[in-house]
Amino acid sequence: MSTRHILLGLLASGPSHGYDLKRRHDERFPQARPLAYGQVYTTLQRLVRDGLAEIDGTDADGGPERTLYRATPDGSAELARWAAGIAPPAPFVTNEIFAKVVVAILSGGDPAAYLRAQRAAHMARMRELTAVKTAPGADLATVLSADYALTHLDADLRWMTTTAARLTHLTAEVDAA
Amino acid sequence: MSKHEDAAVPLLSARGLTKAYGRTPALRGAGIDLRAGEILAVTGPSGSGKSTLLHCLAGIVRPDEGTVSYAGERLAEQPERRLGELRRTDFGVVFQFGQLIPELTVRDNVALPLLLGGLGRAQAGARAAEWLERFGVRGQEELRPGELSGGQAQRVALARALVTGPRVVFADEPTGALDSLASEQVMTALARAARESGAAVLLVTHDAQTAAYADREVRMADGTVTPLEVTA
Repeated sequence: MSTRHILLGLLASGPSHGYDLKRRHDERFPQARPLAYGQVYTTLQRLVRDGLAEIDGTDADGGPERTLYRATPDGSAELARWAAGIAPPAPFVTNEIFAKVVVAILSGGDPAAYLRAQRAAHMARMRELTAVKTAPGADLATVLSADYALTHLDADLRWMTTTAARLTHLTAEVDAA
Repeated sequence: MSKHEDAAVPLLSARGLTKAYGRTPALRGAGIDLRAGEILAVTGPSGSGKSTLLHCLAGIVRPDEGTVSYAGERLAEQPERRLGELRRTDFGVVFQFGQLIPELTVRDNVALPLLLGGLGRAQAGARAAEWLERFGVRGQEELRPGELSGGQAQRVALARALVTGPRVVFADEPTGALDSLASEQVMTALARAARESGAAVLLVTHDAQTAAYADREVRMADGTVTPLEVTA
């Protein structure tokens, strides 16, 4: 994920300081890893260096003085370019689950047992996410984030189900290679 | 709480079920435990025996071999009259296509199990309306099933399955014909209603996102449940 573009997106609604940007990021992307403060400030400095953001003054608001940032016209244009860009469909063939199944086959392990255990772990996570998104009062960001994670876990599970069904055939292919 | 509602004692239990349709085996020694109040997903590929297992557990189909016990009663030892009574009072069933009666209104479809159980028309209609409201289809009581969307029809079918206050709801691919958002509405409604009423749910599905509404999952393959889940 591009932190600089996410911060530019958060700045699109108006000037903001680093603490507020971190808080809003964590609210809008609730299932993502929380942003570290250091990463927020480093990214803001780089946006200023590249002419995509600029300092808008300071805001004390009864507490310590904080530097406010705003997006520049170049920053807004960069955000629009990034947001409209097509993300390359990732092949995901380097996924750890895929690698472990192939290694289990190569090393004479028990890929079927691994797939059963991995399925149980995936289903446990999917139950947690389903509870999160169907909880009364769940906000839109939480629901969208849980939907995204659920759909990807579901894709993993479909592959694991197909692989479990193919295992005999797949093992013969790998052995022959 | 009766001994059958103790979480450690399965409410519904099957052991060694076999069933063949002609020379085609559908179940080959399947076993399963459903505890009171839990939602249990039975998943597996097409043809693995999920629906046949559900039909045997609900007393709709008699297995060739094996036992099904519900709250201490062995279903195989019960006459058809008693099985019919259980299906009307203790069990609720929902299929992939709601199987609502097209000639009846939405309200009468939901009230039907109550009317068959001897409840008066006014009371049955009022209780049907309550359940339709819980499933978010209030205001459409006078429509016919053909005038509903797939998701609405399935929620009406759920209301019909739960209106008698069953202890077990059997749901066979309840989201199989629905898009993802309609599936979410149906499953959220089913899970919430089951938890509020304390009903156990046996949920047959091939869809992992639907199975994720359950408390736990067992897998079926080639007519057996793997691994066999036995209550400790």
